[in-house]
Amino acid sequence: MSDRERVLGRVRRALADVTPDDRPYEAAVERDYLREHGERTAERTVELLAENLADYRAIVHRCGRAELPSLIGRLLAGREAGSVLVPPGLEPGWLAGTDAVRVPDRAGSTPHELDRVDSVVTGCAVAIAETGTIVLDGGPGQGRRRISLVPDHHICVVRVPGQVVSSVPRALERLDPARPSTWISGPSATSDIELDRVEGVHGPRTLEVILLG
Amino acid sequence: MSGTFVGMPAFPVAAREAVHDATLRGNLRHATHTIRAKRARAVGELSDWARLREAGRRIKDHTLRHLDRYLVQLEESVTAAGGTVHWAADAAEANRIVTALVKATGESEVVKVKSMATQEIGLNEALEAEGVRAYETDLAELIVQLGKDRPSHILVPAIHRNRGEIRDVFVREMGAWGRPAPEGLTDAPAELAEAARLHLREKFLRAKVGVCGANFMVAETGTLVVVESEGNGRMCLTLPETLIAVAGIEKVVPSWRDLEVFLQTLPRSSTAERMNPYTSTWTGTADEDGPRAFHLVLLDNGRTDALADRVGRQALRCIRCSACLNVCPVYERAGGHAYGSVYPGPIGAVLSPQLRGTASEIDASLPYASSLCGACYEVCPVAIDIPEVLVHLRERVAQGGPAVREGNRVVLRPARGHAAERAAMRAAGWVFARPRALRAGQRLASRTRRLHPRTLPGPGRAWSGARDLPAVPVEPFRDWWQRTRGGKDGGR
Amino acid sequence: MRVALFLTCVNDTLYPDTGRAVVALLSRLGVDVDFPMGQTCCGQAHYNTGYRHEAEPLARHFADVFRGYDAIVTPSGSCGAMVRELYPRMGERARAEGRGDSLAAALAPVVHRTYELTEFLVDVLGVTDVGACYPHRVTYHPTCHGLRGLGLGDRPRRLLEAVRGLELVELPGADECCGFGGTFALKNAEVSAAMGADKVRNAESTGAEVLCAADNSCLMHIGGTMSRLRTGMRPVHIAEILASTQEEAAA
Repeated sequence: MSDRERVLGRVRRALADVTPDDRPYEAAVERDYLREHGERTAERTVELLAENLADYRAIVHRCGRAELPSLIGRLLAGREAGSVLVPPGLEPGWLAGTDAVRVPDRAGSTPHELDRVDSVVTGCAVAIAETGTIVLDGGPGQGRRRISLVPDHHICVVRVPGQVVSSVPRALERLDPARPSTWISGPSATSDIELDRVEGVHGPRTLEVILLG
Repeated sequence: MSGTFVGMPAFPVAAREAVHDATLRGNLRHATHTIRAKRARAVGELSDWARLREAGRRIKDHTLRHLDRYLVQLEESVTAAGGTVHWAADAAEANRIVTALVKATGESEVVKVKSMATQEIGLNEALEAEGVRAYETDLAELIVQLGKDRPSHILVPAIHRNRGEIRDVFVREMGAWGRPAPEGLTDAPAELAEAARLHLREKFLRAKVGVCGANFMVAETGTLVVVESEGNGRMCLTLPETLIAVAGIEKVVPSWRDLEVFLQTLPRSSTAERMNPYTSTWTGTADEDGPRAFHLVLLDNGRTDALADRVGRQALRCIRCSACLNVCPVYERAGGHAYGSVYPGPIGAVLSPQLRGTASEIDASLPYASSLCGACYEVCPVAIDIPEVLVHLRERVAQGGPAVREGNRVVLRPARGHAAERAAMRAAGWVFARPRALRAGQRLASRTRRLHPRTLPGPGRAWSGARDLPAVPVEPFRDWWQRTRGGKDGGR
Repeated sequence: MRVALFLTCVNDTLYPDTGRAVVALLSRLGVDVDFPMGQTCCGQAHYNTGYRHEAEPLARHFADVFRGYDAIVTPSGSCGAMVRELYPRMGERARAEGRGDSLAAALAPVVHRTYELTEFLVDVLGVTDVGACYPHRVTYHPTCHGLRGLGLGDRPRRLLEAVRGLELVELPGADECCGFGGTFALKNAEVSAAMGADKVRNAESTGAEVLCAADNSCLMHIGGTMSRLRTGMRPVHIAEILASTQEEAAA
């Protein structure tokens, strides 16, 4: 007998005493929890996102379309970034204000090559106000998962209010499970030393979020 | 489970050392008290916490009740998305599968995301025996691995170490495993994190094989979810060419939507954050993003035995948040090592004796490693009634009875060492069934009260080693009641 | 209303003063309380140590003894929780073992009529000021089965706050178990003793003369630790505080 048959057989025997419940799944689990916590205007939701991002030590900026290239240029210059990773589909104008070397996100790049790049600029799929989370799903302007991981400096542009939702349930509604996703809440951190949070481990140690209005 | 723990002494003996170790007590007290208050605040932010907890319980119960169906569905979804699914009835089979997969790549090292399932099966040791080195990349796992230590907490395996001890381990051991600790490393947590970053970087960048667990597996879509903080998980999940996940069969949930419950309850229960820094989800293999080969090993290793137990199966709802450890007064004083398992604390005390059986001394003693104070049940985000399961397992140890071991129905005999207790319980039962006998005993105790010492010899020292005995009153209440007709005759 | 005192075997044997205090307190509040002489033990120690089957005859005996009463009042959070929480569970388990409904049916009548003392005072009698006087500095330890099992909430605190002369001071780490836990105190004596010592140190730090709780088994452990550590504090059951009057305070 294969281990597959063995395990499934054990499961079925283990459940022999259970009274059958043929209700469809949607009926079997009551979901009376909230879709989002509290009622907020779109503007207030964006403010909450900004507060919660900052609470977990992301650096938050706000700007309009016109100022975006110069803001990104300033942020990269402030880090003395000589090179920046560019995901496919990133709006070309966003990087108009920087002369950092553009490194395209390519399948063939090795991790060591990525490690030599100073910064990365991406968009996102959705941002969650209640938790201060941005989610990347590899869509246009987001690139492969590793590009927002290996460089030490990540600039993420969130279009507000359009890309902002209140809550985790609202975010999941917008995401396609078939696409790999990365949920980011602040720079990398650890609680492994005395159960106290310290920022800055393997992921980018600096996360800058630009709320583009 | 892992061979590391074979031959562990019973819990009270193992706990003795920790209770008298002032540094360890201080470390555990500091860490658990820090997180307790923070967890309460993070949970308090959600007005619907009780409803989320109830939904989490129901999702897990529903899944367990139809586990065969959801496992088959998961297998189909993962396969359709380009992954390969393997089944392992026990630790040996899981280790054999993973070892063979690694060897097939021609690599001799793997990077690992923190995973309880791989700890449980002793995967690192199994790989080592076949010439494959496994690098733990989670900070706390790294501390444990470098220090040749054992994990003592589910979330923070090195919780028993303070910053000074961690510094010493880094300075002493990092050089032997790769890049040495930076010169002049202090015990500042930020510096220690930086040292780990530098040490592990080269390993991440050259790794060809990653090994991970899963926090959740979505049956309908074949999606796996890994929840982490440091980014080591993302490194292992996205940079290698081959990814091997080992996950317990109870980690499956039916739908993508179910994550809306657990991605709210897990971070707040675990690290007391609104959201952990990084969560990764992936479905099979993706075009040119991440590993080209993905394997999922579905692990039983005693889980179906627990599933067969009407009371005990609720322990399989566990999402490994470790909130129960952080609030447990026994864990705080006994430390994680005393539990003799990769699953310490209250959840370990109900999981280990179910996954491993109650035959060993340590497993037979774990159900008693609790004062039944109920703090664990109160904080559990999937409402596992741990005290109920503990008492149920005490019954199994003391009385024996029907159980399932490795898929077979067996009738367990009562554990050794409980004969005196059993006799005492029977005797007490006899007395309590006869109010007159009880009264005779009470009167005898009262008449001889002046002879009673404040401390006891022999087994009685278990009480009087640290506590004085109460004075026996002149008469039991019932004598007073009868003598004074309930105080109506004025006697006091 | 026919009210029975379920004193518990521990109180009957070792803490008769608590029983006398409950009788005095309830009499003062106009309740005629009875003490059924057939009562022995609720079976909690058996059940929680893994002897559920041995606990069953004790539970049946309890139900027989207390069947005819409208309210069963007990000065013990943990024995109260045994009847209210665990008796129904024992019935369910017997049913699951194919032994029918007889145990569940036998126990059902007493389950919802059983009240821990402070619940009975606040919820049934509707009083928080019981006319007590106790001119001492007191700290309150909520015992686990009362706090988390029965959900006594702020009832004991409200009762204590209404006592004349009583200064109530906050106990640090109040929610944490004292380490008694029935047979846990013997089976894991060292961990239990460490928990007890921490509880006593926290109590001492308040500067209170008295540590009050609603369960004498926990107080036996805490008091035994206090006396061993030679603290000046004493353990007192809440019933004895609530029963104290002006005259006693003067004397």
